[in-house]
Amino acid sequence: MVKILKRAYLIVMLLFIYLPILILAVFSFTSATQIGAIRGFSLQNYVTLFTTPELTDMIRGTLFLALGSAFLATILGTLGAIGAFYSGKKASTLITSLNQVPVVNADVVTGFSICILLVVVFHISKDTFIPLVAGHVTLCAPFVFLSVMPKIKQMDSSIYEAALDLGATPLTALFEIVIPQIVPGIISGFALAITLSLDDYFISTYTKPAMFDTISTYVVNATKGSQTTIKTALWALSTVIFAVVVLIVIGMNVRALQKEGGSHAKE
Amino acid sequence: MENNTNIIELRGITKVYEDGYTAVDNFNLEVKRGEFVTLLGPSGCGKTTTLRMIAGFLMPSSGEILLNGKSIQDLPPYKRPVNTVFQRYALFPHMNIYNNIAFGLKQKKTPKDVIGRKVRRVLDLVDLEGFEERSVSTLSGGQQQRIAIARALVNEPEILLLDEPLGALDLKMRKEMQIELKDMHDKLGITFIYVTHDQEEALTMSDKIVVMNEGKIQQIGTPEDIYNEPKNAFVADFIGESNIFNGMMTGKLRARFCGGEFECVDDYEEGTHITAVVRPEDVELTKPELGVIQGVVESVIFKGMHYEIAVLSGKNEIVSQTVHSAKVGDHVGIRVEPDNIHIMLAEDHTNFFFADINKDFKLEYNGHLLDTSVTRIIKGSSRREDGTLQDASGEAIDPARVRIQVAIGPSDIQMTDDQDAGLVKGTISNLIYKGDHYSYVIHTELEQDFVVNDEYLWNLGDSVSLLMPIDKMTFTIKKK
Repeated sequence: MVKILKRAYLIVMLLFIYLPILILAVFSFTSATQIGAIRGFSLQNYVTLFTTPELTDMIRGTLFLALGSAFLATILGTLGAIGAFYSGKKASTLITSLNQVPVVNADVVTGFSICILLVVVFHISKDTFIPLVAGHVTLCAPFVFLSVMPKIKQMDSSIYEAALDLGATPLTALFEIVIPQIVPGIISGFALAITLSLDDYFISTYTKPAMFDTISTYVVNATKGSQTTIKTALWALSTVIFAVVVLIVIGMNVRALQKEGGSHAKE
Repeated sequence: MENNTNIIELRGITKVYEDGYTAVDNFNLEVKRGEFVTLLGPSGCGKTTTLRMIAGFLMPSSGEILLNGKSIQDLPPYKRPVNTVFQRYALFPHMNIYNNIAFGLKQKKTPKDVIGRKVRRVLDLVDLEGFEERSVSTLSGGQQQRIAIARALVNEPEILLLDEPLGALDLKMRKEMQIELKDMHDKLGITFIYVTHDQEEALTMSDKIVVMNEGKIQQIGTPEDIYNEPKNAFVADFIGESNIFNGMMTGKLRARFCGGEFECVDDYEEGTHITAVVRPEDVELTKPELGVIQGVVESVIFKGMHYEIAVLSGKNEIVSQTVHSAKVGDHVGIRVEPDNIHIMLAEDHTNFFFADINKDFKLEYNGHLLDTSVTRIIKGSSRREDGTLQDASGEAIDPARVRIQVAIGPSDIQMTDDQDAGLVKGTISNLIYKGDHYSYVIHTELEQDFVVNDEYLWNLGDSVSLLMPIDKMTFTIKKK
């Protein structure tokens, strides 16, 4: 009895999580204009998604923005974490706590304040993309810091000194010794930064150029609009994003399993 | 100049950390080319700090470090011709053994074929031929240690610094590595500066030992010097096992300590306050009537090569190591050959005595309670609900196994006529005028000599009682 209840609970939870996206996925392969009656299989939504210039430009723009700001955020976050680790105790604590604030802070506040500072105070035009990129980097860098820090703490701190002792300059020691130790943290920070940037809505709305849209801002506007072909094409977009995420997660798990198996084999 | 043979000189090195803690205090040392020098001391004595200043990881607050007569003050670590073997090896985990060892040579842009040859040679030296392609994680602790040594040696440093390199190895491996390190030193002719807290390691390997405590050098000398002629009570206590007593010279080559008068070979003026050191292996147990002092056997422990026998004579405990066993409760005499008694001037005249933990788990001396918290003295200990004590790991502390050594300076003790006012009574057996005060030696009812400074004149033979304020005492724990 208990076993059945356990199973049932698990199934209900999984349905709760996956049913909405599954419904959307099913409907993306139909010619339905509204969720409701299924009218028959069609790939029209996918054709629209990948042939409408407006949509493809938006997707490409979002991806470039995510990659670019994640790249910058990863550099800043990693250097910040290394710097904080090798600073004195007081400075380290200060930097770490200051880093917490943007993590906890509401995105809407971050976005709005960056908009005020860069656009209103410094008169930087939104069309330069600088406010947008700055906003996304501000959003992501603290998370990179947080995912790199534990790796640095795990590292044997004397290997940096050992490198200096063997004649490496501080820069060589940093690139050849310290950074290879924390690469896993940097990669997961980078991945986190990409998803954060893709997800972001508030910062983008406040800082993006008028003629540019990220997926988030576009979807919000499109759902308000009346173009049904675009709306249903977004179902296809959601399905594609979901499929990519599932593939990545499966890939990561398979790799982790292989690694585990490999290390067992070695022993 | 004679200095030419000194490869490194430390002159007046002092290191004060940001929080005001003085880790190293006016450290002076000269190391000759090719010497094996060991910095020896308990943890926190400043030995590793000193090593890190030589390596360049720390800057001295004052003083200078000369390498071949030139100051290396402004050289960063990567420009100093010294290499370090770290305590936890500090191998680069993402590189294989070859790349680990080749790292230093690559920094110097050494040609590839030369690197290959040199790496093979040091691997041969540390007996790990063919390990080039192995990864660090597949090596045992001992092998990693050898690689760490090889990685440092391949650069042919002028000085090799070793920071407790054998600390993480088990006893057998440690002994083997000690011999191998010593062989390597003899073979290569490189100067070794070695840091350890293990006195046996230091005695086995070194040409010269620098004993440190609380940031200060206590003694510099060969292993034999340090063992046979310790300069002060700290060195005697730290190196090997020792019986240490406060005492006084009572005549030409005669010293009184431990409740008896012994002949000795160190000549100091009569009345001088002294510290006498006797190694346990030099304490001879005889029939009661043949001994200089008499006592009762308190405990006998079999140690394999010998017995360790503790004898209680009056209030003093003497430990003897002998091949002949004895029974607890036996009455014995104690004799020491004159040249086995090492007499030192009691430089700072600090008085040491032992206090006991009584059955109520309070501190007691000569039947008087010392009003202080035992739990504060024994770090991490706490009092259980039934009044007994437990240590940091929660285990019961057996008061019979622990003694508390109390130290108090001569100026912190006051003498009084009121015989029952003080912790202990005695008679003044010597006095010296020291300009602005008198220095008295008081021979107590417990057969100990105390040194007391007082600005007023008392007479020889006066009976006095000693007032010792608790807040002036410092306590150290000694296991029995």
